[in-house]
Order: sequence, then structure tokens, then C-alpha cells
Amino acid sequence: MVNYIWLFFIVGGILFSLFNGNIDDVTNALFNSADEAVNLSIGLISIMSFWLGIMKIIEKSGLIRVINKILTPIAKFLFPDVPKDHPAMNAILMNMSANLLGMGNAATPFGIKAMQNLQELNDKKDRATDSMCTFLAINTSSITLIPTTVLGIRAAAGSQEPTEIVGTTLIATLCSAIAAISADKVARKFSK
Amino acid sequence: MTDLVTLISKWAIPFLIVVTLIYGQIKNVDVFDTFVEGAKDGFDTSIKLIPFLVAMMCALGIFRASGAMEFILSFIEPILTAFYIPSDIIPMALMRPISGSSTFAMMTEIFQTHGPDSFVGRLASTMQGSTDTTFYVLTVYFGSVGIKKSRHALAIGLIGDLTGFVSALIICTLVFG
Repeated sequence: MVNYIWLFFIVGGILFSLFNGNIDDVTNALFNSADEAVNLSIGLISIMSFWLGIMKIIEKSGLIRVINKILTPIAKFLFPDVPKDHPAMNAILMNMSANLLGMGNAATPFGIKAMQNLQELNDKKDRATDSMCTFLAINTSSITLIPTTVLGIRAAAGSQEPTEIVGTTLIATLCSAIAAISADKVARKFSK
Repeated sequence: MTDLVTLISKWAIPFLIVVTLIYGQIKNVDVFDTFVEGAKDGFDTSIKLIPFLVAMMCALGIFRASGAMEFILSFIEPILTAFYIPSDIIPMALMRPISGSSTFAMMTEIFQTHGPDSFVGRLASTMQGSTDTTFYVLTVYFGSVGIKKSRHALAIGLIGDLTGFVSALIICTLVFG
């Protein structure tokens, strides 16, 4: 999918500039963009290092377990058919915590582990269970407390106040999570 | 309401840092060493982003510089302005469920063109932070255990994405508009 979109942007853009007669601009834009991309990634090192450092302390101090405890009642409401002590629950909680802290890449390994554990509870192995669909709904619309990477990019791009979008992000993500979870609860009833 | 959002935005991070450090110290974690250990990964993560960013930003740079983007947007612009939607955000909103790294690059493109503190820059930041890449998550998670029948999962993911976009637009208009 991304393959075709990428192809379309480049080939489409170059063909379009043939008719527009501005191929010089396009060539310039190409190399300027590459430059910007590298500068930006280098600028990101500072803030990513800082946050991943803080994350490590959260992990090591056991603060992540405290966050898990807070999330357990929510997880029980969302996944009524997963037994409380099943390993799937633990992986789901770790994934939710990581998502809350906006650690996109760190959340993925927990997510895959949770899926594998949920698969143990699945009778029809090629068909998603209710819990799997719910888990996906939560992940695709996940509530984010600190959108770490976005903050990093804002700071690197010279924002006066990089953190001013934390509040708006929290509200928007709450709305999308509520919508996805409600839709999931409805779908559970109708798609048996 | 607006003040409260601004207040939370300002204090959420300093608060989190203080709580983390004090809690770590109470639990006898060597906070400094642990921080340094974690921070090492920040370098790798940033460097790994370079190929994705170069690929997408170049493609977008070409598409924009050629005038093709403007051409396409001119068709839907009247509809968007009727709903007070800035047209610069549309390619990103459409791409969001498909590719995280691409929308990431699109967001930085918006920052370069309009600045991160412009309305569209703040809107792009909010959108990027508040939804996830539905197709990617679906492919990776279901793929990892061999699920082929995904049932209502995709529809729900897309409902979440759409709601996220619309609410980002509304809340940003209220707070920053």
C-alpha cells in the first residue's frame, strides 16, 4: 500500500512537472528534502535520549507496575473473557502502559506477546476473537499521555512551546478511544 | 476549559519527571546510571528513522514542488473551507491509518512550511499524537499469530481514526483557533 503511494508521489510529481515546466524546482526540492530529513533525525537524538532515559527509570523502579495496577479495572471491563491471571492480561497491561506513555516502539513487543497469549484462548485459530478485536481497537486509538516523538519533532523544528499540544492530544485521543471501544462493544453484540 | 488544557499541557511533563525521579530514588534505583542506560537507545531510534524520513520527505517534496499537490487540493478545497478544515492537513489525515512513518514525515513537512506553532502545525501534532497506524497495527498483530479473518477489527480502527481526526480539529480550533 505504502509502496504504491510512494511510487505515485514521485512518478506522479515528476510527470506533472513535465507539463508544468518546473523540473528544476522539483530536483531542488528533492535534495533539500533529503537534507531536511537527515537534519531532523539528528535533532531528534537529544529529546529521544532524554525520554528513553526517563522510561528506563520508570521500568526499573517498578513504577510501571503501579501504572499496571491502576489500569487493571479498566482492562477487566474491556476484556471480560480473559481470565485475570492469564499471561495475556499481563502483556495487555504492559502494552497499554507503554502506549499511555507514547512509547510507540516499546509497545509493539508487548502487543505481539499479548496477541500470542490471546491466541492460546482461541478455538478457531485463523479467526480473531472478541478480545483480539478489542485489543486492536485500543491499540489503534490508544490514549496517549505524553506523545514523546511528536514533542521531540516540535522541539527540533524550533517550536516556542513544544508541549502545548499535550492537552489537546489527550482530549482528541480520549474521544477516539471512546469511539473505538463503543463501536467494539456494539460489534461484539452483533457479530457472533 | 481552555486554561485548564493549557495548564495541563504545561505541567504534565515536569510533574511526570519529578515523580519518576523521586519514586526511583525511594526504590533505591541508581537514577543517573539508569537514565544513561536508557538514553543510549535514543540515539539508535533516531538514526533508524533517517531512511524513512528521507524516502517520504523526498517523495512529498517532489509532489509539492511540481504543483501536483496544489492541483489535486484545488478540487476539494471549496468543500474543506466550508467546514473550516485547513487543506494542508488533508494528505496527512488520509495517510494516517496507512503509514506512521509517512505521516510523521508529513508532519515535519508541515512544520518546515508553516512552522510548528502555526495552527496547522499544532493540529498536525495533535493528530499525530492521538491516533495510530491502523493498517500497520492490524498487519503486525494479527499477522504475528496467523489470524486471517479479522472480523470487525479494521472497521473499528478506522472509526477511531476518523473520530480522532474530527476531535483533534474541534479541540484545536477551540484552544488555538
